[in-house]
Amino acid sequence: MDLNDYKGVFIFAQQVDNKIDNIAYELIGKGKELAAALGTDVTAVLAGYNVKGLADSLAEYGADRVIVVDDPALEVYMTEPYTHAIASVIKKFKPEIMLVGATAIGRDLGPRVSARVATGLTADCTFLEIGTFHEKENQLLMTRPAFGGNTIATIACPDNRPQMATVRPGVMQKLDPTPGAKAEVVEYNPGFTPDHKYVEILKVVKEVAATADIMDAKILVSGGRGMGSPENFGMLEELAEALGGMVSCSRAVVDAGWKPKAMQVGQTGKTVRPKLYIACGISGAIQHLAGMEESDVIIAINKDETAPIFDVADYGIVGDVKKIVPKLTEAIKNSKA
Amino acid sequence: MKIIVCIKQVPDTKGGVKFKPDGTLDRGAMLSIMNPDDKAGLEAALTLKDKYGAEVTVLSMGLPKAEDVLREALAMGADKAILVTDRVLGGADTWATSTTIAGAIRNLDYDLIITGRQAIDGDTAQVGPQISEHLNIPVISYAQKIEIDGDYVIVERQFDDRYHVLKAKMPCLVTALSELNKPRYMTPGGIFDAYDAEITQWGRADLKDVDDSNLGLSGSPTKIAKASDKVRKGAGEKVVLDTEESVKYIMQKLTEKHII
Repeated sequence: MDLNDYKGVFIFAQQVDNKIDNIAYELIGKGKELAAALGTDVTAVLAGYNVKGLADSLAEYGADRVIVVDDPALEVYMTEPYTHAIASVIKKFKPEIMLVGATAIGRDLGPRVSARVATGLTADCTFLEIGTFHEKENQLLMTRPAFGGNTIATIACPDNRPQMATVRPGVMQKLDPTPGAKAEVVEYNPGFTPDHKYVEILKVVKEVAATADIMDAKILVSGGRGMGSPENFGMLEELAEALGGMVSCSRAVVDAGWKPKAMQVGQTGKTVRPKLYIACGISGAIQHLAGMEESDVIIAINKDETAPIFDVADYGIVGDVKKIVPKLTEAIKNSKA
Repeated sequence: MKIIVCIKQVPDTKGGVKFKPDGTLDRGAMLSIMNPDDKAGLEAALTLKDKYGAEVTVLSMGLPKAEDVLREALAMGADKAILVTDRVLGGADTWATSTTIAGAIRNLDYDLIITGRQAIDGDTAQVGPQISEHLNIPVISYAQKIEIDGDYVIVERQFDDRYHVLKAKMPCLVTALSELNKPRYMTPGGIFDAYDAEITQWGRADLKDVDDSNLGLSGSPTKIAKASDKVRKGAGEKVVLDTEESVKYIMQKLTEKHII
């Protein structure tokens, strides 16, 4: 492998139901910064069926070039045809960096692609920069939390290309879009022939109606097992409404079947960094803290004064969340009246 | 039917987790456990065994003390246990780990391989899909339900707001979520038998069709540039007040921070 043959920063432009996922724009935003440091440009790889029309929005968010792999085999995300699509693009176009979102799709696709093209893959990165590793310049340095967020490691991939990373959604900043911006569009189809690795899809079941994403919320009112019952989440809804925010929850609440997975904050849920995070009856397992500790202001209400959530809270209130929250909602409403 | 379950011994991050005064993790205070997603994968295999009849082999790569989790798996009802352990395999990243495990699995007959989605120490979720790629078989990640239909496995694969029902011809690899089930306890008889059971040990020489250049620390494409225990943001204020005073306190802070 001649490493000098590999040029450019590529990002996987994830789309579901022919809608570009936010992570694609976030990866372009970070990709532009890395490309500037390397003196190269950013290519978005868009795979799907009838998706060519989505290329313009990738251009508006900063992509210099869009490679479109359009095929009926890519209509619904399936591991094998998508692996074939992305691995083929890598083999043909030889990027030096390939970024993929650490979404459910990206964390399935990334490992399979990296194994097929025989390179390393760093999972769930929260920080990326170009730097020097063991006297080799212009390396991608990939920083990620491990151990439920308790350790931080910076990883390099000096002898293989592309340097691949999955990147946690909600961490990188997307650029302000430039309306009307255009990118070079390259259509490429490596051919799709079903083999024994193709899996048949029998059914797609959507569990919850599409709602706003907690990752976009400026204010989150988050509930844990300490709320006592699913009914008590009603008071959190009212508080969130008074503050103009949304309700999220801990893993225990999802495991208990009180709330859907889409509302879960934490290592196996979503990473959030709102301006205000109010943790209500959440004890604060380290996996939860990993998903919310970057919030600007954290308020925690819990009756157990030894709860670990107080270790990251700016303001901790030891008390009965079910009594405090309704009165707080009332006070906020009065202050705005 | 033959099922292989890959399990990993990991430090427990629940309960035993303690922080040092400087805010970093106190590793000495932690117990070793079977990784929770892997345990759910083992339970899924044992459930299939109860229902359809199967031979369940558990396989772990790690230090010699990883024998503990293999004995636990035997006590839960697994039939055979294999430990892949060798100094030259140490320091492996996910590429070298998956190459090693695939090399071990090539010695075995199997219809289904089950791994956990991810381990709680590394959280990468990479090794399962990478093993399947090395073995050139299909993979279905994030299984929340696993059923067998003749030569096929039918799996509910969870995504954020939806799940897919997928059908794959075996041999196939499935990665399991801990939400999949509630693992059974070891039985007293099982614990007794597992104590004496033979655990097969394999080293580098037992791996099939793998090159030394893809093993261990030197065979890992990713290298650690630096690692540190994360210093957590310190705790802020903590107050104990009655309900009225608590509300006043929060209102004052929200006003100070220009949130209301």
